[in-house]
Amino acid sequence: MPSNPRTIIQKVWDNHIVAESEAAPALLFIDMHLVHEVTSPQAFAGLRQRGIKVRRPDLTFATVDHSTPTTPRNLPILDPIAATQVAQMETNAQEFGIPYFGFQNRDQGICHVIGPENGLTQPGMTLVCGDSHTATHGAFGALAFGIGTSEVEMVLATQCLLQKQSKSYEVRVDGTLKNGVTAKDIILALCAKIGIGGGTGCVFEFTGSAIRALSMEERMTVCNMSIEAGARAGLIAPDEKTYEYLAGRRFVPKGEKWDEAVAHWKTLPTDEGATYDHSVTIDADTLEPMITFGTNPGMGIAITGTVPDPANIADPLERESLRKALAYMALEAGKPLAGQKIDVVFIGSCTNSRLSDLRSAASVLKGRKVNSAVRVLVVPGSQEIKRQAEAEGLHDVFRAAGAEWREAGCSMCIAMNGDQLSPGQYSVSTSNRNFEGRQGKGGRTFLASPLTAAASAVMGVVTDVRTML
Amino acid sequence: MKFESTITQIQTDNIDTDQIIPARFLKTISKEGLGDQLFFDWRYNADGSPKPDFILNSDKAKASKVLLAGDNFGCGSSREHAPWALTQYGFQAVISTSFADIFKANSLKNRLLPLVVSREVHQQLRDALTANPDLTVNVNVETQIFAWPGGPEIQFEIDAFAKHCLLAGVDEIGYVQQHEAQIAAYEAQRFSTLNTLAN
Ligand code: SF4
Repeated sequence: MPSNPRTIIQKVWDNHIVAESEAAPALLFIDMHLVHEVTSPQAFAGLRQRGIKVRRPDLTFATVDHSTPTTPRNLPILDPIAATQVAQMETNAQEFGIPYFGFQNRDQGICHVIGPENGLTQPGMTLVCGDSHTATHGAFGALAFGIGTSEVEMVLATQCLLQKQSKSYEVRVDGTLKNGVTAKDIILALCAKIGIGGGTGCVFEFTGSAIRALSMEERMTVCNMSIEAGARAGLIAPDEKTYEYLAGRRFVPKGEKWDEAVAHWKTLPTDEGATYDHSVTIDADTLEPMITFGTNPGMGIAITGTVPDPANIADPLERESLRKALAYMALEAGKPLAGQKIDVVFIGSCTNSRLSDLRSAASVLKGRKVNSAVRVLVVPGSQEIKRQAEAEGLHDVFRAAGAEWREAGCSMCIAMNGDQLSPGQYSVSTSNRNFEGRQGKGGRTFLASPLTAAASAVMGVVTDVRTML
Repeated sequence: MKFESTITQIQTDNIDTDQIIPARFLKTISKEGLGDQLFFDWRYNADGSPKPDFILNSDKAKASKVLLAGDNFGCGSSREHAPWALTQYGFQAVISTSFADIFKANSLKNRLLPLVVSREVHQQLRDALTANPDLTVNVNVETQIFAWPGGPEIQFEIDAFAKHCLLAGVDEIGYVQQHEAQIAAYEAQRFSTLNTLAN
C-alpha cells in the first residue's frame, strides 16, 4: 500500500497542475478540448477581439451536432439561424486551424460519441467541452467535465483552466444486473437515489463488480449522466477493457508509444486505502428497469412502481415541486407508469446512441412492428456508428418495424434541429434530460433504456421489456 | 460592488437551464438579446403574448436586481446563455440554498452573484417577503454581507479569487496568460507521457 494512497480523481488532478498559489484557484492543464457549434461562437469572437490564436489547435477538436438536421445529408440546413451557426463553426475551425468533423464529414457525430470513437479520449486526461455531458469521457478514466463559454475561450486561449478541486464521491455498484436491466438503469437509479443535486460539488468514481462487468459503451452511458445527479464529472478507472477498446483507434499512439501510454494508464486506478469525501452503494442484483415520471432526471421509479403521491411528502417545497411536475406531465399520483400511452419514441443521444444501444433496441424490434400510433426515431450517435449498424443490417430491422432511421446528431435530445415533440405529446426517450420542454415546448419525456424504449414503441404504452424478452 | 433592490421570487426547486433559457434560443452566435428570452416558456403564451401573472412580466420585477429561487438553481446544461439572459434582464444576484456547479462558475464570470444561504435564512427571507412584498435587500460583495430592514445581517461566502476578479474587474484570461512560462514549462516537462496527442 502506498504511503499516501490517492484516488484516480486525485492522481489525474495532481498530474495536471501547472501552478498553484494562495491567491487563486489551481491552474489546470487541459489535454483535450472538444468544441461544438452552440457554446463556442462567442468564445471565438472573444479571441478575435483579443487578437489571439488558439494556443493548442493540436489539442482541440471540433464538430457540429446540436443544430444539425438528421435528414439526409444531401439536403440543405433549412433553418437559417442553425445554418448560420454551423457555417460559423466551419469558419472558426478554418480560421483558427482546428481539426474539424464538419456537417458533410463522413465521421461527423455527437461530440461525446466521436471523442471516444476516434481515440481522442484517453485515460488520465483532463478533457473539457462546452457541454455538461462531457462527463461521458470519464468512462476511460479521464477527468472530463463541462464548461461554459467563458471557460471555452479560456481553454482556447491558454489550454488551461482556473479550477478549485471538487470533492470525491464513490458510487459503488456491486452485484449482477438481471436480464432486461442495463447501464442506463444503474445511472437512473443513482439519480433517483441521491437526487438531481446529490453530487453537487463532487466528482464521482464508479466502482464495484457491476461497473467492471460493463462494456466501454455501457460505462459511457453511466458516466454520461453524472451531471444528472449533480456531479460535474464521473469516472471509471481504466482496465483491460479500456485498452482493448482504444487499441488501434485513429488518435491513440501506436507501437512503442502505445506501450508507454498503457504503462502510464496502469498507474491511474485508485490506490488501496484511498478515501472519498462521500460514498453511496447501489445493489445491482435488485435493480429493475428504471423510468422517469417527472420533470427532472431524479424523478425516477422502477418500471413496476407507481407515480409518487405529493401528499406523502413532508417537505412543503419538495411537495410543491412534485405536484408541479405531475401537473406538467398530466400524470396521476399513485398510478403505475406502465401502460401509459405514448406518442413518440426517441432512440439516440450521447447517452444511448452507440452500436450496442442500437443492437439492444433492434433485438426487441426484430420481427415486430412499432405501434401505429407511435412515431419512432432512431438516431445514431455518429456517421461511423450509422455505417457499422448498416453493415450488420440494423437499419433494415428498424425500417421493417416502422421506425425512422436518421443521420447522426443530438436530434430530439435537445430539439434544436427541428426533431421535436408537439405540446402535450409523451415520449419514451433514451436521452438524459426530461426537463419541461426539453424535447420540444410542452413535450413530456419519460427517460429509459433502449430496451424499454423499444418495448414501449411496440406496445404503444410504457412497457416493462422483461415481458417481451 | 453593492446594490439595493426589491426581490423577485420564483420559488421552485431545481430550476434548470432549459427553463432559464430554452435550447431553441441557443442557435444564436451572439451574446446579446437574450434578456427577452429569459424563462421564455414560463413567461409567454403560445401566441407570444406575455403571461400577465408570471412575475417576470411585472414592472416591479423588471426593475429588480435580485432573484430569489429554490434549491439547486441552474442545474442541467452548461449554457452560459443562462447567466447572460439573467443579467441582460437586469439581475445582479440570485439567492438560493444551492447552485449547480457549472452555473455557479458561469455566473461569477458574468458579474452575476450566486448567493448561497442556509435553509433557515431562505425561509426567513421568504417570510419577510410575505409580510412585505416591497422589501428591499442590501447586497455588499466587499463585506460579503446582505441584509434587509428588520432582518439579520447575513454573511455570505464567495471564493476569494472570484471576489477579487469581481471587484477589481480582473480579466481572467489575461491573468492566466501571465503564467505563460509555467504553462510552457509544464508542456515541455510532462507532455510525452501525459498527453499522446500533442504534435
Ligand atoms: S445528445 Fe443531448 S445531451 Fe448529448 S451533447 Fe447532444 S444535446 Fe447534449
